Amino acid sequence: MIPYNTAVVLLGCALLGVAAGTVGTFALLRGRALVADAVGHAALPGVAVAALIVALVGGDPRALPPLLAGAAVAGLLGVLAVQALTRTTRIREDAAIAIVLSSFYALGAALLSWLQTLPGAAQAGLSKFILGQAAAMRAEDAMIAAGVAAVSLALVLAAFQRLRAVAFDADFARVMGLRTDRSDLLLLGLIVLVCVSGLQAVGLILVVALLVLPAATARLVTHRLPRMLAIAATAGGIAGATGAWLSALRPEVPTGAAVVLVAACFFTLALLLAPERGLLARLAMLTRRRLSADTEHFLRAAWEAQEAAGAGPGTAGDRWAPLGAVAGARGWSRGKAWRLAWWLGLRGLLARAEGHVHLTPRGATAARRAVRAHRAVEHHLLAAGATDIASADRLADLVEHGLPPEMAARLLPEPSALPASPHALGRRTR
Amino acid sequence: MTLSDFLMLDLPPLLAAIMAGTTCGLLGSFLVLRRESLIGDALSHAVLPGIVLGFAVTGLRAGLPMLVGAMLAGLAAVALIAVVQKVARLDSGAAIGAVFTTFFAIGLVLLEVTGARAVDLDLDCVLFGQLETLVWTEGRSAAALLDPQALSALPRQLGLMAGVALAVGVTVALIWRPLKLICFDPAYAQALGIPGRRIEIGLALMVAAAAVAAFEAVGSILVVAMLVCPAAALRLMTDRYNTQVLGGAALGAALGAVGYALAGPVPAVLGIDLALNAAGVIGTLGGLMVAGAALFGGLRPRRPARLPAGSAPAAG
Repeated sequence: MIPYNTAVVLLGCALLGVAAGTVGTFALLRGRALVADAVGHAALPGVAVAALIVALVGGDPRALPPLLAGAAVAGLLGVLAVQALTRTTRIREDAAIAIVLSSFYALGAALLSWLQTLPGAAQAGLSKFILGQAAAMRAEDAMIAAGVAAVSLALVLAAFQRLRAVAFDADFARVMGLRTDRSDLLLLGLIVLVCVSGLQAVGLILVVALLVLPAATARLVTHRLPRMLAIAATAGGIAGATGAWLSALRPEVPTGAAVVLVAACFFTLALLLAPERGLLARLAMLTRRRLSADTEHFLRAAWEAQEAAGAGPGTAGDRWAPLGAVAGARGWSRGKAWRLAWWLGLRGLLARAEGHVHLTPRGATAARRAVRAHRAVEHHLLAAGATDIASADRLADLVEHGLPPEMAARLLPEPSALPASPHALGRRTR
Repeated sequence: MTLSDFLMLDLPPLLAAIMAGTTCGLLGSFLVLRRESLIGDALSHAVLPGIVLGFAVTGLRAGLPMLVGAMLAGLAAVALIAVVQKVARLDSGAAIGAVFTTFFAIGLVLLEVTGARAVDLDLDCVLFGQLETLVWTEGRSAAALLDPQALSALPRQLGLMAGVALAVGVTVALIWRPLKLICFDPAYAQALGIPGRRIEIGLALMVAAAAVAAFEAVGSILVVAMLVCPAAALRLMTDRYNTQVLGGAALGAALGAVGYALAGPVPAVLGIDLALNAAGVIGTLGGLMVAGAALFGGLRPRRPARLPAGSAPAAG
């Protein structure tokens, strides 16, 4: 049985992750992801000043609401500072973000060192805002954070259409009469809210990751906004809860680091395994394309080797072609030619014997199609004014593979005899 | 304050702040001009796992292993950012944010797992920098400045910083012209056959090295202030490349010196009981410097030239 306190903290962190994933998606699509970095770091002096003021008026310096309010004010100031610096036009947004996050954070560091010299416990526990410590969170703190997260989530849902319009085509939205500046302001406000609610659990340095990583994960997996929001919210929620749980088990590991690493695992998985954009999917597609190009080249070379041996254009297909001639025509090593021949043999496109290959009927059909596509492109290029036969040959090698049969038929109307190759067949001269 | 106090307690941190400021200020201009300030931010965070691993493997602080580890981590981070940006088709900001936070989180966990934190590599050092802990126990009198034996007792971090500063200075001098071209017109530089990719990697390596060297002085995070603030302030004040780059180094050095002085020694001399975190003061000053330059800097925002009243706008 999980203790009540832990359960509340876990739920709070999960809700925080959901809100961060949702707001982060819009921030990512709008190209504002790293503003959260500036907001997070800028919160430090706000927290320090708020603690100082609370201590001066004699309140409980560990009460969360005034600290979070201070963080929100400082975060807003940070965002405004970024915008003011960008308005000079000489400092780009990236430099402005770097300046604001580092100098605000520096101010916070100086203030903290000053607070430490003061009597009283104003600074007590402030440093836990830097790296986050969900294990030390009380249930009421978690409820406050969860409340802020819930408010930002509700705001996103209320302003969904507006945010969507700005995220995809801000210029178009402006032309259609939408006040995009207001939507941007709303988005910045949401970023500040989420950052502030994440301060205690994740910490101000790493809170940006909670906005960026789930959203980037979702971006890899899908193109559709509703699905992207759902995935980002789920990934964020799981990362938040798991991170808080890990930190409850091992209190010495900062919660922020645990949350970020869980989110980073999701991102890495998506980077590798995403169905279309993932590295493995791309690698598979690249290999498949390369193999099919090699197959067509092999079949054509086998066909042309027979033509060169005297079968004449259009009639080749029932002789044995030496593997060496195929390899020589393509400029391949013997090993590569042998491996391809083995693979095509498996696919039933050719038979192999004593270093020779023989096209099967299916192989001959495929080879004829490949030869036809190649020569169609070659003749087309030559007719279109290409003067150099060798380069027409090479260009045809590159473009012939994507050529659908209808296209080849337009270049070279069917039925017709296979035209002769415009260049001598056999060993490559490149 | 006596001379021996100054030599023992103030000279090493002052030197460290100045050297870190010079190195970072020099490199910062290239980052700002190339619009890669956030790469500086990313590298300063991303070197943490390299530093921790270098330390964990050898048990030495501020040695060559830490430098090598940090440079490897920096290189890995830059490569990963490029991959993420290309594969996930994210904008560079998001790719940077995804990669450096992960590296920093890994560094934090390593800090706990390897037990490095318990020994010597303090988390406070990462977060705030620990200029104040640099002391020169042998600096009892002015004569010690010429005594090789006493000089060898200077904190070894200073040696690392001096080495990095020298290496960065020499490298920048050697590739001065290609660097300039790459800052202003990468396409033209490429047409001239300048190996842009290699220079970019070299720049990233130098920033990583500077981040490690300054890590001791201002901590992992405030390195960003030293990298970007002097360069950005000058960017607001000058359009001349030489002023920008060399001035950045000078301004960085001044920032380090003045910041350190304001944090402790000056209030002490004035009799005020105030000791602030030196790195924090340096970073705050950096921000104020940029704000001052933005408000009072000589150069106004560039606007398109106004056409004289009544003349028709040019076609196209």
